[in-house]
Amino acid sequence: MSLLSETGRFFLLMKRVFVWPDRWKMFFRQFPKELEKLGLQSLPIVAIISVFIGFIMTMQTKLNTSNPLLPIYTTGLVTRDTLLLEFSSTILCLILAGKVGSNIASEIGTMRITEQIDALEIMGVNSANYLVLPKIIAFVVMMPFLVIFSMALGVGGGYFVGVFTNILTTGDYLVGIQYAFIPFYVYYSIFKSMIFAFIISSVAAYYGYYAYGGALDVGKASTNAVVNGSILILFFNILITKIMLN
Amino acid sequence: MIEVKNVDKSFDGNHVLKNVSAVFETGKTNMIIGQSGSGKTVLMKSIIGLHRIDNGKIEYDGRNLPDMRMSEIRILRREVGMLFQGSALFDSLSVLENVMYPLEMFSPTSAEEMTERAIFCLKRVNLEEKAFHLAPSEISGGMQKRVAIARAIALQPKYLFCDEPNSGLDPRTSLVIDKLIHEITHEFEITTIINSHDMNSVMEIGENIIFIEKGEKAWEGNNSDIFHVHNEALNDFVFASELYKKVKKANQ
Repeated sequence: MSLLSETGRFFLLMKRVFVWPDRWKMFFRQFPKELEKLGLQSLPIVAIISVFIGFIMTMQTKLNTSNPLLPIYTTGLVTRDTLLLEFSSTILCLILAGKVGSNIASEIGTMRITEQIDALEIMGVNSANYLVLPKIIAFVVMMPFLVIFSMALGVGGGYFVGVFTNILTTGDYLVGIQYAFIPFYVYYSIFKSMIFAFIISSVAAYYGYYAYGGALDVGKASTNAVVNGSILILFFNILITKIMLN
Repeated sequence: MIEVKNVDKSFDGNHVLKNVSAVFETGKTNMIIGQSGSGKTVLMKSIIGLHRIDNGKIEYDGRNLPDMRMSEIRILRREVGMLFQGSALFDSLSVLENVMYPLEMFSPTSAEEMTERAIFCLKRVNLEEKAFHLAPSEISGGMQKRVAIARAIALQPKYLFCDEPNSGLDPRTSLVIDKLIHEITHEFEITTIINSHDMNSVMEIGENIIFIEKGEKAWEGNNSDIFHVHNEALNDFVFASELYKKVKKANQ
């Protein structure tokens, strides 16, 4: 299918998703479940990755900037800004595109091939709205918390370099992470991660919703969701950075 | 009553339904039969509105489906129940919640009344109470079909569609499901349309049978006429098995 018709079909699906739910009661029953499944269940992977990346980033920065001309705060500052500007939003979302994107695409895709979506349609339910809207809203709502959580743990991970190794003192690191702090970086990071959350959930829902065939095709839908979601994240990252940081 | 008038349907130039006309009567088990690839599933999906037809009319008690807007179709579908080939129960919900689902979505009644109605439907399909809180994956195929029937009748539909209701079931359970569909059709005065190629079902409950051959209606009648028809394609279909060949011989 051509890119143009796929894009058209995506927007037609979104038109069906973003309408008033048939029953708000059903939406609010589904919404907390999605918050838990897509958000809370992502916390362990976010925590593990953020701590380790913070740790390794601090080590690498220190080892590659061991020049007496560079000020003591360099390592902390570079670690903090890299985490705030890119890792805790873009890289984290690329990782979540794998976890959450494949989860959404396979769940909806399985419902499609086992005729559960047809059953909803036959009942007169707007299946796109019922299945997809709570997922998109829940993931977009949870994303700022995941990003802030990742930033805190990433910066915390860097601190442990000072505690467990002798390549950097905790004092130097603490000076660095406080030096020339720009709060806008946090807002920028949160904003773009929310856009990425929409991309991950909507693209995955699209591939799942139009899955056709058998179990193999659900796997393909899941792969397409992750690959195309990741590409779109990278593309929008450039676009948002250009608009917001220029 | 559902009337299909001169319906045509093509897919990429492949003419699947050719000028099909049929009447599906209220309070009767209407069956669409035919070999695999004959077009019976396309006909059923066209009647439900999952396929948009090229020409013709599909009238639900005078309301022409192809003329309706999506919002009107959605309202019509609340009068429709459907039993899918694979049951299509929602994995994330228990048996009782599956039957409650259409009620919670569309019924204006209280929670107690909805639960009462769901339990009534589950008991009507002879499902044991201990299965009510199990997940669909924890019950047998026959029980899943019964839950799907209970869900289909929860909103007291005027029209019931069954796509291969006996697929994957043993002959004994198939009989139970057939009888259940037949009883429900008569009890609640529903227009039931069953898509099947199971000859046992046809003989058991086929009160009005439409035989589809290469996208055309090749024959129409009931289960007592079917043994005495001089239609080669129909005879090839009906007497394909040794058992029915013997039945034919015994009848002659």
